[in-house]
Amino acid sequence: MSTQTSAMAANHIPTENVDTAQPLLQIRDLKKRFSLSGDFLDQLRFKGGKLIRHQEHVHAINGVNLEINRGEALCVVGESGCGKSTVARTVMGLLSPSEGEIHYDGQRIDHLSSRQLLPYRKRMQMIFQNPYASLNPRMTIQQTLEEPLRLHHPNWNRQQIADKVKDVMGSVGIDPDWGKRFGHEFSGGQRQRIAIARALAVDPEFIVADEPISALDVSIQAQVLNLLMEAQNARNLTYLFITHDLAVVEHFGTRVAVMYLGTVCEIATTATLFAKPRHPYTQALLSSIPRLEDDRPQHIRLKGEVPTPVNLPSGCVFHGRCPYANARCIQEIPQLQMQDDGTRVACHAVEEGRL
Amino acid sequence: MTMTTKPTKAPSRFQRFSDSFLWYSFKRDRTAQLCLAVFICLVVAAFAAPLIAPTDPYDLRQIDILASELPPFWIDGTDERYILGTDAQGRDLWSIVLYGTRVSLLIGFGAVILQALLGVTFGLMAGYLGGRVDAFFMRLADIQLSFSTLMVAIVVGAVVKATMGSSFYSQYAVLMLVLIIGLAEWPQYARTVRASVLAEKNKEYVDAARVMGLRSKRIMFRHVLPNTLSPIFVISTVQIANAIISEAALSFLGLGMPETHPSLGSLIKAGFDYIQSGSWWITLIPGAVLVVLVLSINLLGDWLRDVMNPRLYKG
Repeated sequence: MSTQTSAMAANHIPTENVDTAQPLLQIRDLKKRFSLSGDFLDQLRFKGGKLIRHQEHVHAINGVNLEINRGEALCVVGESGCGKSTVARTVMGLLSPSEGEIHYDGQRIDHLSSRQLLPYRKRMQMIFQNPYASLNPRMTIQQTLEEPLRLHHPNWNRQQIADKVKDVMGSVGIDPDWGKRFGHEFSGGQRQRIAIARALAVDPEFIVADEPISALDVSIQAQVLNLLMEAQNARNLTYLFITHDLAVVEHFGTRVAVMYLGTVCEIATTATLFAKPRHPYTQALLSSIPRLEDDRPQHIRLKGEVPTPVNLPSGCVFHGRCPYANARCIQEIPQLQMQDDGTRVACHAVEEGRL
Repeated sequence: MTMTTKPTKAPSRFQRFSDSFLWYSFKRDRTAQLCLAVFICLVVAAFAAPLIAPTDPYDLRQIDILASELPPFWIDGTDERYILGTDAQGRDLWSIVLYGTRVSLLIGFGAVILQALLGVTFGLMAGYLGGRVDAFFMRLADIQLSFSTLMVAIVVGAVVKATMGSSFYSQYAVLMLVLIIGLAEWPQYARTVRASVLAEKNKEYVDAARVMGLRSKRIMFRHVLPNTLSPIFVISTVQIANAIISEAALSFLGLGMPETHPSLGSLIKAGFDYIQSGSWWITLIPGAVLVVLVLSINLLGDWLRDVMNPRLYKG
């Protein structure tokens, strides 16, 4: 309950900079478009006797607002292609946003050069989805783990670095004697532990985890998830956890943000979201979880497909598939509205009390 | 902690090599073994030329003009001092072929090292940085590839020879040939490297290095480059053979090594004038050595390409 109340307190003051309740990370109106049209010459088209420049974009994120408070694990869920990973990569500076701002600890970071970003790299780290690709196949584990330390602690001597590597390997359950081995000599779960060790090596306070367990065997998933939770307790970490596994969210998340087609449709504490989903999409998503007691499952069946992010629907992006959509939904883009229990929902039907 | 299988002690570098697919395949491939043996023999003989060769063909005092055009030992009328006979200037053919092979190998390796340095650097930059850098280097490569490499080499060689003078050119002939062949063939490397960089740079370990805050230069050379080495190795073997052939062709056209300091190509050219007069060995013996050298390198390259083909084996 304490996490819930603190999350609520933060939600009541979303944009003012109050030091005590200032979120660790703030994402404001973030938009990211990817061009589909190639270079300038490819964009030129003949139409009606005139030479025009024709550009097409994939709208991966369309105005995302998120706050992440210290010590919490914010889970972002949504189906594939909804922009979860793009949010994570933009936050980490792997992609630059088309519009919008990212503030870390009160400082704007999205427009900084890589050199200016270096102090933040030490404070925020990332864990990747595929442990088979995230370790350099030509480097030993020792080299992989030493590299961030050498970069961020240039004045450490050999012994200090070796001690730290040993320490961090121990903390993720990897035998420090395996340092001379290469990534391909380990199993998927062991590799993901090494990837976690690499992220933890610089003692970050914030970790972006982009589907860190979805490439792993089910029996290993729980181990790695527990490792992440242990690290959170031991080091007071803050997580931005991208996943599409709702069971993981229920187990792991402090708060949950549900995304659909590049927009956040609902943010709530985990307990509230699972007990009382507000947004029609969240309701459909949660009803899709298979349950043991399901004799006659009552899945909400959404009609149609997810629209293409190239030509976004007008108004609410969900209106084409929403059973409650009306004329307003087709025209007006809903904004996240605070509900009485601290949940924020972007839905005209919820706002008007139709739902 | 929760792991049950504990890998045993880390293997040494030698052990890792002897367990590798490369060594396994080499042990089973007779052609590769034979080619490597021939290639090593030629390289050792060429670089040990001052020790092996009975005469020093660069030393004019040891050349006897009266003993010119003597046939090899299996033909009548030979001189026992010259096992492979002598050329038109009376130089011992065995000695001069050894020295000539050394020159050819030196130019071949030198040119390939230069090509690799330029091509790998440009290819890495083009592939990793993308955008305008990529467009610039790749259009440059396209322009250069639209000329035949031999033509570029001839033009550059002729211009240098005309401006600097023939004596300057022959003084620095080895260096000039390395430069010319090296500059003419870098696009081969650049294209190969760029293609593999494009495949590598989207892998998550590169993202992880960027998230870590590493500079582009370090990511390119420390993370991406080591993972593009297999195609570089394969192309290098072919390029060494190509460079030796290019040098021989240039020398044959008179733009290569001077007569006094001959490579295999200029030996073939020098002997070519005497083929009609019956002294066929002056041109055929260096020619045979050139063919054996290039063939062994090319067959080794073929084997390496098959072994390192990522579709057959991912290492």
